[in-house]
Amino acid sequence: MASDVVASSERIGELPRPQLGATSARYGEKAIKAFLFACAVLSVAVTTSIVVALLLPAIDFFEDVSVLEFLTGTEWAPAFADASFGVLPVVVGTLSVVFWALVVAIPVGLASAIYLAEYAPASVRKVVKPTLEVLAGIPTVAIGLFALVFLRPLAEDALPFLEWRGPFSVGVAGIAVGLMIVPLVSSVSDDAMRSVPSGLREGAYALGATKVKVATRVVFPAAISGIVAAIVLAASRAIGETMVVLLAAGASPNLTLDPTASILTMTAFIGQTATGDIATGTIQYNTIFAVGALLFLMTLAMNMLAIRLVRRFREVYE
Amino acid sequence: MGDVRMPGSGRAELAAAGARAATRDALTRSSHRDRMTGALFLAMLLLGLGVALLGLAAILVWSFVEGAPRLGLDLVTEGPSTLRPESAGFRTAILGSVYVILGVVILIVPLGVGAAIYLEEYADRERWYNRVIELNIQNLAGVPSIVYGILGLAFIVRGPLDLGFVVAAASLTVALLVLPTVIIASREAIRAVPRSIRDGSLALGATEWQTTARQVLPAAVPGILTGVILAVARAIGEAAPLLLVGAVTFATFNPSIFEGGYSTLPVLIYNYASRPQEEFRVLAAAGVIVMLVLLLAMNSFAVWLRNHYEQKW
Amino acid sequence: MTRMDTPQIDSARMAESARGIERSEIESRAKVFSVADLGVHYSGVPAIEEVELDVFRNTVTAFIGPSGCGKSTFIRCFNRMNDLIPGAKVLGTVLYHGADLYAREVDPVEVRRRIGMVFQKPNPFPKSIYDNVAFGPRVLGMKDDLDGRVEKALHDAVLWEEVKDRLKDSALGLSGGQQQRLCIARCLAVEPDVILMDEPASALDPISTTRIEDLMHGLKRDYTIVIVTHNMQQAARVADMTAFFSVVVSEDGSARRGVLVEYDTTAKIFTTPTDKRTEDYVTGRFG
Repeated sequence: MASDVVASSERIGELPRPQLGATSARYGEKAIKAFLFACAVLSVAVTTSIVVALLLPAIDFFEDVSVLEFLTGTEWAPAFADASFGVLPVVVGTLSVVFWALVVAIPVGLASAIYLAEYAPASVRKVVKPTLEVLAGIPTVAIGLFALVFLRPLAEDALPFLEWRGPFSVGVAGIAVGLMIVPLVSSVSDDAMRSVPSGLREGAYALGATKVKVATRVVFPAAISGIVAAIVLAASRAIGETMVVLLAAGASPNLTLDPTASILTMTAFIGQTATGDIATGTIQYNTIFAVGALLFLMTLAMNMLAIRLVRRFREVYE
Repeated sequence: MGDVRMPGSGRAELAAAGARAATRDALTRSSHRDRMTGALFLAMLLLGLGVALLGLAAILVWSFVEGAPRLGLDLVTEGPSTLRPESAGFRTAILGSVYVILGVVILIVPLGVGAAIYLEEYADRERWYNRVIELNIQNLAGVPSIVYGILGLAFIVRGPLDLGFVVAAASLTVALLVLPTVIIASREAIRAVPRSIRDGSLALGATEWQTTARQVLPAAVPGILTGVILAVARAIGEAAPLLLVGAVTFATFNPSIFEGGYSTLPVLIYNYASRPQEEFRVLAAAGVIVMLVLLLAMNSFAVWLRNHYEQKW
Repeated sequence: MTRMDTPQIDSARMAESARGIERSEIESRAKVFSVADLGVHYSGVPAIEEVELDVFRNTVTAFIGPSGCGKSTFIRCFNRMNDLIPGAKVLGTVLYHGADLYAREVDPVEVRRRIGMVFQKPNPFPKSIYDNVAFGPRVLGMKDDLDGRVEKALHDAVLWEEVKDRLKDSALGLSGGQQQRLCIARCLAVEPDVILMDEPASALDPISTTRIEDLMHGLKRDYTIVIVTHNMQQAARVADMTAFFSVVVSEDGSARRGVLVEYDTTAKIFTTPTDKRTEDYVTGRFG
């Protein structure tokens, strides 16, 4: 019958059923994937290790010194026979450095960013932006040396009415750190402003706004969370800076706001103490970790804030 | 419009002229004030930018000026000394830096590129552990470098790895510090390879790894290399974490990798710089020059690499 | 060439291509693909649903239809490329020579060795011409006589004469039409059974398009070809069987999905379509 003929001729032309299972177990692929996963997981391992490394000795420390005394005490003399562990002077020292740093970095960094994002012609931008990036890579020892040997005498000459004692000054160190973080403020703010859709700008221009108004009233507010993120990141970087403060801010835990004073920052304390000879397990040794834990928590909080701000900013515009 | 003369058009003309003048006035009147504001604003911006560029350039210029008198071959050939700054050098520290950096490179390339490949090619974004990994990397990038020193002190120098104050410990510590940089840069490079290349390879019957290894990675190499070089440039200048893992300041002997003390260039510069004598400060500045020249070379190489191999998709 | 004129101008061509290829003759050939109740969802949203058709050996089958009707989505089901899209789910059955393509033990890599694909935008690898064509055989372990394989593939793709003296040059230096023929050669080098083409000529100029269409006529002697095209005239020129897809909008107008409207010999689709939607499309009343 016709249908039979058709059916059988269909079967004649057909190939044998193909084998589509994998020809090999591909163990190589699986092993590679496992290795790559391990590399990625390493990052988690590092974070965990940092937390553990800080936590255990810090817990030891806080068995001897109460958290309240640590955080509110105003005397910091952990190496003395009659030791005191009030970390406030050290924290204030760190914050003073950050303050002076931001005094420099915020106006200079934002001015540079606004210029690059709104005013600079492409040719200028192509030169200036990479230059700033390269300058951001200047090693911190060089900046510290510069602050100590050049800026400090310059500051004394420029502001002779202040009481200058000794070679260290938190104000000078702060300004040097500020200069160091300008590229960070500038680059992140610039990116934030450039991400603002041009439609917003064009709308404002179409209404007759001037360039100044557009930059300050339209773009800047639109990019504000990105800009705040930039400042927070820069502040976090300033908090964590060690070499500049070691060289230029001194190592005396003075609780003061005087910009000419020598102070001790958390990072300087850690850097100084750890290079000395201190036996493991003593309370002096554990102070490194207590201060380190405080430092880590502060910068972690700021970084997470910055990340969230950037994410919120990206969500709005991308 | 129109030259048509009509009765009463004299008044109409006057009115029209008046209207034109008023509009022109309205359009240009504020522009004077606005132009002043605009110019002032731009001047302020340029001042800010100028301070940034000049201030940072001043560091470079001053370092060169201050250190130039001390420049000479003995910087590189002589070891350090606290007693005779005139003949002291950086030899041992330069060698120490070289060894540490070599160790860093050996570690960060497989680990950093491996992590980047996993995150870009294999990881399912929805899974919670992958998001934890990504968050971790972002956070680690912002941890102060001295905290990495603490990590090194606790786990690498002492603790489980117990390597002691040696070059290998420094390499590991610094490698962990710059790893996030390498991962982030490598991810960008891998992400830049268009999907169409992957699709084309997979459609031919290549496996995921074959596609990654033979198509994606070769295309991403320039970007990855740039990231590695930038990470190395950062690593060269790092001093803070090394203070904690024993870049013992006065290594007067050439270092070895798993034993003995060592020093690195930035740490020795720090040591010289913290001495009060003028000669040591000049010596420190000379060391800064050596370091800056090295960094300039690396950065330029990175930029050249980026431009030379930039794929125009 | 306006679409309104299509039925008249091309009916002569229709008759010609239809000559000797009756539907019954086509259907007497082996079934390469047998699709039943196929649907594709992207993250729960249906893109195409309830597709049923058979693809026969050594034919050129064209999928035509307005944009958004899911023809690209559908063709990607044949070589499991939809697996690469997160959130994509394929429902229903696709039988390849009687074997279920989506069975659990099936390895997509094995599927893609046999069912090759050419993409809309030519995507040569950033390597030399030789390495582009040799890539497939190299990764699939077909290492014997690599030079011979490359030459044969380039011959079959009608590209050999143009590149034989510059095999080591970068493939990115070729023109668009040459790059697409290179992609076809690359695909042929692994000796597939089926070649899928997703709008292979839409990014090319008319002369390159014609060359690729002529190529298809030659290739179908040895391969089975399935092509997606938004160009009806192209389908009319090259295809033996044509499937017309269209878009169905849900009652509230919010959801759109693709459906197969009609599937028949090209001649029939373009001269005496059964469904009014087909007729509207091929005569240019919409699309």
